[in-house]
Amino acid sequence: MLIKIAKTSDLRESDVTPESVYLSRRRFMGGLAGLSAGLMLAGRVQAAASDYQDVPAGNPPGWFDSKLKEAEWDSVVPADRQLDKLTPFDDATHYNNFYEFGTGKGDPARNADSLKTQPWSVVIDGEVNNGGRFDLEDIAKPSRLQERIYRLRCVEAWSMVIPWLGIPLGDIIKRAEPTSKAKYVKFETLVAPDQMPGQDSSFALIDWPYTEGLRMDEAMHPLAILGLGMYGRELPNQNGAPFRLIVPWKYGFKSIKSIVRISLVEEQPVNSWQAIAPDEYGFYANVNPEVDHPRWSQATERRLPNSLFNPNIIDTRMFNGYADEVASLYQGMDLRKNF
Amino acid sequence: MPMPRYTFTLWRIAVFFAALVPLVYWGYQVAINAAGPEPGKYLLLNIGQGILWMLLLTLSLTPLTKLTRWKGFTLIRRQLGLWTLAYAVAHLFCYAVFILGLDLSRLGSEIVRRPYIIVGMLALLGLVIMGVTSNKWSMRKLGKRWKPLHKIVYLVLGLGLLHFLWVVRADMEQWVLYAAVGALLMILRIPPIARQLPKARQLAKRSKRAHA
Repeated sequence: MLIKIAKTSDLRESDVTPESVYLSRRRFMGGLAGLSAGLMLAGRVQAAASDYQDVPAGNPPGWFDSKLKEAEWDSVVPADRQLDKLTPFDDATHYNNFYEFGTGKGDPARNADSLKTQPWSVVIDGEVNNGGRFDLEDIAKPSRLQERIYRLRCVEAWSMVIPWLGIPLGDIIKRAEPTSKAKYVKFETLVAPDQMPGQDSSFALIDWPYTEGLRMDEAMHPLAILGLGMYGRELPNQNGAPFRLIVPWKYGFKSIKSIVRISLVEEQPVNSWQAIAPDEYGFYANVNPEVDHPRWSQATERRLPNSLFNPNIIDTRMFNGYADEVASLYQGMDLRKNF
Repeated sequence: MPMPRYTFTLWRIAVFFAALVPLVYWGYQVAINAAGPEPGKYLLLNIGQGILWMLLLTLSLTPLTKLTRWKGFTLIRRQLGLWTLAYAVAHLFCYAVFILGLDLSRLGSEIVRRPYIIVGMLALLGLVIMGVTSNKWSMRKLGKRWKPLHKIVYLVLGLGLLHFLWVVRADMEQWVLYAAVGALLMILRIPPIARQLPKARQLAKRSKRAHA
């Protein structure tokens, strides 16, 4: 029989710091780092990721982590950050449309675990000199990650404010070396019914792959980005991991998720929603309070989260508030016809 | 075997509380912050589907009575009809408050401009007409005209399904389920088929006896 006599230097179980105390210390330190970032511009690069303290850590590939360290934080932010307060991470990740995972707003968060995002490659083809299949890492490599805090206006008349991390779409198009015939950019989402249960539904009206498109000058606009992350981390699966489009002056459905193919084309592509209901959803889908959806007004939006006592209904702004930057793209166009 | 009177009273009270359960559940979800970032829309959509459940349940009572001859089904018909109306009123309330922000001028313009709202309002109007004429006084007053008047419930079902169809954006599964149940309940009312229902009951009885 072994008799154990405790030595005075032995640690007893009761000496271990409880995890909650340890974690709260980390939170405290994180808070300090965030504070210093707000005060000192120089400290911004290292400190900013900890601005999103309540955001659970993801499981990013190593290359994303190293890009994150060099990210340019707050690269574009709303003019009035009180009015356009960030939507809580939990709401932005648990209330969205991603029909590949189901048509309910909670379905993407419930079902997107099955999506395999590593490795991920993207085909760039069509009217380009430098096309092919590229690893996502190689596509992202030459560009610095930028944080863009954008308003997101859904065509269903609700909106959020989301801090994206991405790279300018224009960078990627330039590197593909488009030919003179390239007039439009067409995007496609992954088709994988084994990972995306919504694509398995025989009642779905979308003809997969989900397809979107932009005119060349829209795609080259500096506000248009390809997103890799949000809230200081990589994209959660349900928000379009690992690679999605973000075009803040257009309705949310234009910002196609989980992209596997980018084609430069001569003809205007037919986007998925336009194919289903051409009288309700156009190619341009610019946010426009004066042009109603046939079934509801677009003059106002419900800024989320809201509550029963405060529906938080605000006026929708032309081009979602980005008119100064993008209105010139549509000069002389009848936006009622080209909705 | 005839049931004692109080059994039916208990049955009606039980149905009353059962019809209340969904509303309490959704309210509770909102109260504990489990209804997502847009609780008003959550209530609007769930109550909207609740109207269809109530309507389909109400419409299933006549075939069920024929099939079972149980008096209890007839006894709750008015109650479930009124629950359908109550759910519909709550649905409109949610739309006016949480979607339009009680901007009444917009309520007016939306009602005349949006076909699916018009259709929904017509269905509600049908429910209101049936609701206000569901009391004994109206039944006596309307006499023979009462029954044909309440046939507008079939129209309400059609309008309700159309209203829902317009809301569906990309997945027809739910709508097809509701429409299929609605169609079945309509088919069971076609006279030659409706006449078979009591016979089906007798057949079941006979085979039960044979097995005993």
